[in-house]
This record gives sequence, structure tokens and C-alpha cells, in this order.
Amino acid sequence: MALTKADFSERLFDELGLNKREAKDMVEFFFEEMKGSLEKGEQVKISGFGKFELRDKNSRPGRNPKTGEEIPITARRVVTFRSGQKLKARVEAYVGSK
Amino acid sequence: MTKSELIEALARQQPHLALRDVELAVKCIIEQMNHALATGERIEIRGFGSFSLHHREPRIGRNPKTGESVSLPSKHVPHFKPGKELRDRVDAAREKCKIMD
Repeated sequence: MALTKADFSERLFDELGLNKREAKDMVEFFFEEMKGSLEKGEQVKISGFGKFELRDKNSRPGRNPKTGEEIPITARRVVTFRSGQKLKARVEAYVGSK
Repeated sequence: MTKSELIEALARQQPHLALRDVELAVKCIIEQMNHALATGERIEIRGFGSFSLHHREPRIGRNPKTGESVSLPSKHVPHFKPGKELRDRVDAAREKCKIMD
């Protein structure tokens, strides 16, 4: 099961005693604030988690992997995420369920 | 934007909450995300994106300074896939603003 916005707000309700409305709003604002910042061209650095960076990509030739047809990929701005040291270390320690 | 700037912005938007509570809320959300990924659980935030783990096979690496080879065990790394809304909004702003630090 994936972690969703509902899980975050439930935790804020249980642990911090925010009411349901406040908890839901907090989670919405949290992600909206980060989207707004990235939309303004401003990168987001959350210490203890990671960094959301922006990159401008030039257009380049691409291909439809199914048909092999050549289609140009347009220039675009993309968001990339680089996890911080702490998160990286914690995730590396995860061996998986296999 | 840094974590403390995010906390300030959230506090301005929710003036009925104590700054301390906003701080705790932000820490709580971040710790939940870290914990989920550390235990191999995906995170799915509609409109923002999803986080998951990618597996890296073991490999022989090299110390770039000494050239000495080191064997690196298999591991997992966090991966973020931006959601459609975030992708579209960021791309739409490309012509209007430069990337700031």
C-alpha cells in the first residue's frame, strides 16, 4: 500500500491534534507550496529529505518505442529529485522483501 | 525555497495555527515520507508525484582518486516521478521565468 495524502493528514490528526480540516489543509498547502515554488523557477531544498531541482532541456530527436517512428521531443523544463544523505543512507539499508 | 521558508509560508497561510505546530506538522510529514521509503513503501501524491525505490545491481566501482577498484553491493535508491500537474505547471512557466537557485 502506498502512502497518500490521507495518511499524512491522519497522522497530523493523531499526533499533533490538528482537527480533520486543519490536517487536510496542511497537507494540501504543503505540496501546493512546493509546486508553487517550482513553478516560479525556484528549487526546493528540504533538509533531511532531499532537493527538487529544475532543468531546462533542449529539444532532441526521439522515437516512438512501439513504431520506431521518429518524433522530435520538444524543449521543456523538468523537475528532478536528489535525495539527501540521510534518506539515501536509510534507503540503502533497506534490503527488500525478495 | 528551504524547509524553514516552507514553514514560514505555511504559517502565513494558516494564521490560526501556532508556528510551533506548523513546524511539527512539516517535520511529521517529512518523517513519514522518509520512513515509508526506508521500509520500501511507495508514496503517491496526486498532482505532485510519486516516490518509489529503484534497485541497483551490485557492481565493481572505482575510487576516482586512486583508481583502486571496490566492489559495491546491490542497493536501493529513492526515485521521484513528477505528477502530471507538476510537470505541466513547471513546463508552462519555462518561458516566463529563469531557474533560480
